[in-house]
Amino acid sequence: MAALFYILAAISVISALTVVGARNPVNSVIALVVCFLSIAGHYVLLNAQFLAMVHVIVYTGAIMVLFLFVIMLLNLNKPGGPRKSLAMRLAAAVAGGLLFLTLAAAVRQGVAITPAAGFDPGVGLVRHVGQVLFTEFLLPFEVSSVLFLSAIVGVVMLAKKDKDEAPDPHITGPERARRTA
Amino acid sequence: MTLATALFLLVLFVVTLTVAAYSTYAERKVAAFLQDRIGPDRAGPFGILQPLADGTKMFMKEDFIPAAANRRLFTLGPAIAMITALMTGVVIPWGGELTLFGETFRLQGTDPEIGILFVFAIVSIGVYGIMLGGWASNNKYALLGSVRAASQMVSYELGMGLSIVALVMLNGTLSLGGIVEHQAAHGWNIIYQPLGFIIFLVCAFAETNRSPFDMPECETELVGGYHTEFSSMKLGFFLFAEYTNMFISSAVISTLYFGGYHVPGLDRLGLDPNLTTLIGTAAMFAKTFFFIFFFMWVRWSTPRFRFDQLMNLGWKGLIPLGIANVLITGTVYHLAELWKG
Repeated sequence: MAALFYILAAISVISALTVVGARNPVNSVIALVVCFLSIAGHYVLLNAQFLAMVHVIVYTGAIMVLFLFVIMLLNLNKPGGPRKSLAMRLAAAVAGGLLFLTLAAAVRQGVAITPAAGFDPGVGLVRHVGQVLFTEFLLPFEVSSVLFLSAIVGVVMLAKKDKDEAPDPHITGPERARRTA
Repeated sequence: MTLATALFLLVLFVVTLTVAAYSTYAERKVAAFLQDRIGPDRAGPFGILQPLADGTKMFMKEDFIPAAANRRLFTLGPAIAMITALMTGVVIPWGGELTLFGETFRLQGTDPEIGILFVFAIVSIGVYGIMLGGWASNNKYALLGSVRAASQMVSYELGMGLSIVALVMLNGTLSLGGIVEHQAAHGWNIIYQPLGFIIFLVCAFAETNRSPFDMPECETELVGGYHTEFSSMKLGFFLFAEYTNMFISSAVISTLYFGGYHVPGLDRLGLDPNLTTLIGTAAMFAKTFFFIFFFMWVRWSTPRFRFDQLMNLGWKGLIPLGIANVLITGTVYHLAELWKG
């Protein structure tokens, strides 16, 4: 089990670094997909099968497909992009290094990393997740569903065609007469 | 036990590939039958060696990669399509329990409690094969094909998911083994979920890119769609993945709505348990083969949809129907509970 964890952890970290480092955006997306899959693997190791599968379906199967979709349609596959000046890159390196130093110090000085409660192997099973979601966390669950609903309504409002928009110049003949009538 | 599982998976692998190979032969024979032709009959008696001839031809062809293609992704695309097509068979229950040498084996790779979600997850990864393959070809038609595939699969996953929600509400489990056992005890799901079955079936056609929803490879508009630039066994992998997906979808339909390996009344005959299991497995394959035939029957009987019609059907037809189905199922289930007291 421990060996599996280390392999998955290595894949997660390397793929996450590739997401940031890759020059081609499509490679970044693929690396992010690999990263999500390895995180799903971590969930499975914690016996949270439901979470793992939902994670794969939602993030890998839907959201990343849309990312890839946008990159393909916008033709962002040109590697590179504008090069930053030397001073800019130096400043970025120093700022990033300082942040890393602060984080490392915080982790070293912080409290010992021990689990708050004993591990319950049944915690991630569907039955348990459902029960907790619909009793203890009912309000946040319902509020987030309202959030999603408002997002859907907003997208439909933005994407809806204006009724009194000028007719499409490419449509001519009887079809145009029918549409303008 | 691990050795037995490994052996079972190996057998499953071989069976899946064989069924997929012979589906190509069956497709031609069914097409010939529906169009009043003879179909392939040169290779071997009745042409049954045709899949071998096709496979050999595929391997012998030049493996060509276009100069402007992204070579790595061009190879990765068909590989993903094939791997994901082969992965889902693991959670499907192909039969009951078999007792050999004093040990009991289940004819199922593994039965996780989220079985049906596993199938969904793998199917949703499968779309990357088509998307990456099409994009890496650096060809307009292939790109359009892969964009169509992605939007189609993401859209129809919603309808499919909603039809499954109603089914899971009735069966009280996500495990495919559990769903079959529930059907054996309470009758097949098709009786309780006819609307859900129709939604699932239509979505299965869209998810496997089969006609009338084969927009990603619509040859009248897109030459060959996402696999326009592919040749040799890379093309073979894409085609093979389609037939494997069709086999697995048929098996999932049989498992979810037609009792899987359950045969009504077989338990009462008092047969040897091993024989019962084998008959059950045979029944499972018979149901699966019927649906493979159904896929082909529809392909050679209906014209292709237009892409906007496909999207309208998915978003404005199947998703509202799926939501209505969930509401009706929930209401009726609750009323039935009240009735029983």
